[in-house]
This record gives sequence, C-alpha cells and structure tokens, in this order.
Amino acid sequence: MGVPLPDKDDLLRQYRMMMVIRRFEEEAARNYAKGKIGGFLHLYIGQEAIAVAAADALADQDYIFQTYRDHGTALARGMSPNAAMAELFGRDTGCSRGLGGSMHYFDAERGFLGGWAIVGGHMALAAGTAFKSKYVGDDRVTICFFGDGSTNIGGFHEAMSLAGLWKLPVVFVCENNQYAMGTPLERTSPLEDLSIKATGYGIAGDRCEGHDVEVVADRIGAAVERARKGQGPTFIEILTYRFRGHSMSDPAKYRSRTELEQRKQRDPITVVRERLLGLGVEESTLDDIDLEVDEEIDAAVRFADESEPAREDVMLSTVLAPEGDA
Amino acid sequence: MREIRYREALREAMLEEMERDESVFLMGEEVGHYQGAYKVSEGLLEKFGERRVIDTPIAEAGFAGVGIGAAMVGLRPIIEFMTWNFSFVAFDQIINNAAKVYPMSAGAIQAPIVFRGPNGAAKQVAAQHSHSSAPFYTNIPGLYVIQPSTPRDAKGLLKSAIRSNNPVVFLEGETLYGVKGEVPDEGEEELIPIGQSRLARSGGDCTIVSWGRPYYTVLAAAEKLAAEGIECEVIDPRTLRPLDTSLMVQSVKKTNRCVVVHEHWPYGGPGAEIVDRLQREAFDYLDAPLERVASLDVPMPYALNLEDTVLPTEERIIDAVKSVSYAE
Ligand SMILES: Cc1ncc(C[n+]2csc(CCOP(=O)(O)OP(=O)(O)O)c2C)c(N)n1
Ligand SMILES: [Mg+2]
Repeated sequence: MGVPLPDKDDLLRQYRMMMVIRRFEEEAARNYAKGKIGGFLHLYIGQEAIAVAAADALADQDYIFQTYRDHGTALARGMSPNAAMAELFGRDTGCSRGLGGSMHYFDAERGFLGGWAIVGGHMALAAGTAFKSKYVGDDRVTICFFGDGSTNIGGFHEAMSLAGLWKLPVVFVCENNQYAMGTPLERTSPLEDLSIKATGYGIAGDRCEGHDVEVVADRIGAAVERARKGQGPTFIEILTYRFRGHSMSDPAKYRSRTELEQRKQRDPITVVRERLLGLGVEESTLDDIDLEVDEEIDAAVRFADESEPAREDVMLSTVLAPEGDA
Repeated sequence: MREIRYREALREAMLEEMERDESVFLMGEEVGHYQGAYKVSEGLLEKFGERRVIDTPIAEAGFAGVGIGAAMVGLRPIIEFMTWNFSFVAFDQIINNAAKVYPMSAGAIQAPIVFRGPNGAAKQVAAQHSHSSAPFYTNIPGLYVIQPSTPRDAKGLLKSAIRSNNPVVFLEGETLYGVKGEVPDEGEEELIPIGQSRLARSGGDCTIVSWGRPYYTVLAAAEKLAAEGIECEVIDPRTLRPLDTSLMVQSVKKTNRCVVVHEHWPYGGPGAEIVDRLQREAFDYLDAPLERVASLDVPMPYALNLEDTVLPTEERIIDAVKSVSYAE
C-alpha cells in the first residue's frame, strides 16, 4: 500500500476546520476570563488533527461519543460555531439549550451523542450504539474518544470486553495527551504503549502520532472500514499533547516550559500549513482562510452574546420524555 | 481560638491524625504531587512521602476497594474522591463491601475507613458534577454520614472519623473550602463526637435545620428575618447518620415551627427524615406543618441563571419561615 498523494483541496478543508477549532477555543478562553463562560472549560488546543481526521473518516450516519473535552470533535462533525459558543454562554440557542455547557455538547442530528464528564462512563454507551447497529443490521459505525487517563477505570475495561466479545462495530480512540489532569502517564500506567491493551480483549490494536491529520485520517479510516465490514472493533492509541492546562483552572505547573515548547514544534496546524505551502498553495490563500475564520468566530461570539438566556421551562420540561408513542 | 479556612481545617485534621497513627494514609487522585485538586492535601506528600500520600490512577472502584481491604486488616485509610460524583463508580465497594463486612461477619471484621471529598454543586459544573450525595449514603445501615458546615466542625469531625472503627462518608463542599472560621489553637486537640448536632443561632420564633452550603444562606436569611422581627433558631445536624434530633426537638418545643433547608433533592433523604422524626417527636408542639426548602427536583443545569434558581435561595427560605409563622 503506497502512501496516497495528499489532495490539496482536502488538506485546505482540514486546515480550515482546525483553524475554526483553534480560534473558537481561543475565543472561549478569552470569554471565560471575562466571566461570560463559567464552570469547567477543557480546551482541545493541540489535539485538533484528531477531531478533524475522525470527522473525515466517518460517514454522515455514524455515531460519535466524546469526553468533556468535546468542542473540537463537535465542530469538526459540523456543529455550527454559533450553537457551540452559545452553549458556553449558557444560552437557549446553544447546542444543549444552555443546560449542558462545555462538557455536555449534543447534536443528535449529526450523530454527535454527547460530551460526557464521568471518566469511562460513556464508553459502554458507545458499545451500545454499536450493538444497535448490529441488532438492526445498519452499517453505521460508532467512534468513541477518551483520554489516556481513562484506560484504568472499570468503564473502559467493561466496554472493551463486551465490544470484543460481540465484535461490535465500534472504534475506540484513546487520545493520549500524556497527562490525566496533573498526572503524567508514567505515574498512571505501567505500560508505555497503551495499544497493547487491545490484545487482552481480542480487539485489533493500533498506535500512531496525532499531529499529522493525514496519518490520523488514514488510521482511523482503516479502523472504521474494519468495523463497517463486520470485522469488529479497534482500539487506537493516538499520541498527542494539549497545549493548555487540563481545564481553565489548571496552571499546568507539573510540566516544563521546554517540554511544552518542544511539543509546540509539532503543532498540527503548523504541520498542515507547511505541507500546503510545500504543495504550492500561496501564503495569501491561507491568510485569507485565517481571516475568514476569525470573522466566523467573532460572529459566533456576537451571536452567543445576543442570544436569550437558557429557559426555566425547558429545564423543567426536559427531565422526562413524553409518553405515548411506543 | 484562631481563624482558618475549612480546607486548612481538614488538612490539619489529616496531618495530626497521620502524625499520631502510622496506620493512617491518604489515597486518591491528585492528592500528592498536584497537592490536591482543591488543595486540601497541600504539603502532605512533602511531609509524609509517597508511602502514605498516594496518587492513584482514575479507578475509583479500585482504590475504594483497596482501601476497604487494607482497613479489614488493620490500616486506617482516608480515601479522597476528587468529588463525590465520582464515588458512584465505587458505589458497590462502599455499599456492598465497606458497609457490609462488619455486620456480615457478625462483628468479626471491621472496616475503619474514611471516604471524603467535595460534595454538591460548585458553580456551573452541570448535571454530572453537581450531585448532593447525602440521600444515597444516609440510606445505608453500616455507614456514618457526616457533612460539616464550619471549619471547626470539619476538623473535629474528620479527626473523629479517622479514629472511628466504622466506614465514614465525609461530605465536604467546594464552595465551603474557602470559608473561614474559628478553630481551637494549635496543640489544643478537639474531637467532635459523631452524631451530635449543634446550635448555630438562638432565636425564639422559628427553628431552621440546615447543613452544608445552604447553612450559610440560612444564616444570612435569619439576619434579614431578624430585621423584620422574626428570630430564627438555627440547628446544624453535622452528622446525618446517625441523626441527633435532640436539639431540634428542644428548639421546636420553644418555637413551635420548623423549616428544614438542604441542598439535596426533595425526594427522601435526610431532609425528609428530619421532618418525619420531628413530626413524631414534637407533634404536640407544632403550630404549622413542617416545611422544606430543597434544590428543585431537576438535574443541575449549566446556565447560571437557572442554577441560581435550582439551589435553595434566601428568598425561598424567608418565604418558608413566613409561611410556617403565618406572617406576611
Ligand atoms: C470517574 C471520574 N473520576 C475523576 C474525574 C475527574 N477528572 C476529570 S478529567 C480527569 C483526567 C482525565 O484524563 P484523561 O483521561 O487522560 O483525559 P484528558 O483530560 O487528558 O483529555 C479527571 C481525573 C472524573 N471526571 N470522573
Ligand atoms: Mg490525558
């Protein structure tokens, strides 16, 4: 299998989406500092290539689960920055109508089945949507994201056990950003290579670097194909790094400046940008994209700011679903 | 007496008990190198080393179980949940193992263990991170459940909890960690007994029972009511299981009315338990049905405008007191 030649248009699209995510989150951080956004805010900055690659590897009807670090994945899937920003502002126009906040994005229409905030808790849900696909015989695939720190909790092991046993069409993507909150991987795992865990569950294992969107798209794409063909689940460990703290309240004193600077050398956005320039794309083309994205995100902030606050009647009427159509 | 913060009071309690007893250790996520997610255990790793201040992976059921096992054979673990929301993945360990080993072995094996960490809503952390956990745990025979409101109670009760021969659920509060209050001077040891309530404010017109975060909302409401001529007596149960109703009954005999204010949901829980007991233990003294002010019966929303309406407010407390007082 030769490495396919990069497609310029695909790369440009991927570059643009990574910029959307980056600018969206930079704006979110600014508005958090201004007090417009509250609660926990976990930024994805540095990990964008994974969300964008995964979105490309999936079909429209597929299902997606993510943790609380969910902005990038939702935006890459096609959620509008307006709905995403309004959610952070606690507005009725937000993707969860202001009830969920940063950690609980939902976009049912696009199969984005949630940002989830209890570590490991969403993984069996992903096995569950995959179970449904097998049950009804559709060819949808489920993809489930989680961090390196999530590979020690029961929810991880039980989801992997069942998915492996029943050969469910699910792809488990471990975004190994080297830290679980303040704890580096070497203090949470005796294994350096997490992908070998897959073997114990009879699941295909894979491992790759996460700063190159094309590499990630390739590897996730192969796993999605396996799942779609009924060849069972895959566990992929993707090596990445978050450039910010765990959440806004974490000053990230547990890692060195040098380490951070080194990792920023492999900023996924710089990597694509340089590749595009190498392919002959004009610098000005990329600058134009940047400007366009800036405007889109500024508009999202204005939209969020001008939207109506979350509504009490929505809160009260969405505790239980209406009965009667079963 | 000196003034310290609630989080410092907890830290002092752990430090003193760890100095006093080699078998006490602290285990949980980020308790060591990170100095605690909420800085409660700051400095403890430096003082006691990695043998006794132990960072764990994210594996609550695992480290809760490790704690219980160690307790069964002589150690006295303090297990920190980063928040009590994460105790739910360890629910089985606490309920089926910690609370059962002593009764199930007919008293042969004890489990002296403390589970502690912040409980309840913080600010805008939404549905999965805002649980008020007391109702789940107070339902279980074989557990003590403590929820201190002040730094002094936090320290004195945590020390008692660590020395207890039984499993203790110790509910703190993120919004309480910064609260300052009087605590006995260094060198003056105070052990506050488990299962004793405390009179927090005297007054002859209406009894209010409250604990945890709304305790402070109640004290503020009581000042406003006093300005209108209604003097409230405030009682803090401090321990929710076993529940000491003696002061509440005494107070109701004087005021003839009572409002219970709590952060947990209205269905059941210690709030309902208190009302149930008082209507039986002080029935002849009540001039009005007991009232409760609770969180609204919904999962916690993210938006601040909604969160503010879900948690017990000063306004709802004042209305309830006026309602049982038949005042305008
Ligand atoms: C069961 C549970 N325990 C603890 C937490 C608190 N917590 C939230 S995120 C986190 C670290 C997770 O690290 P990782 O899985 O590597 O994901 P990352 O944040 O790095 O994306 C912790 C300990 C939680 N949300 N759920
Ligand atoms: Mg991580």
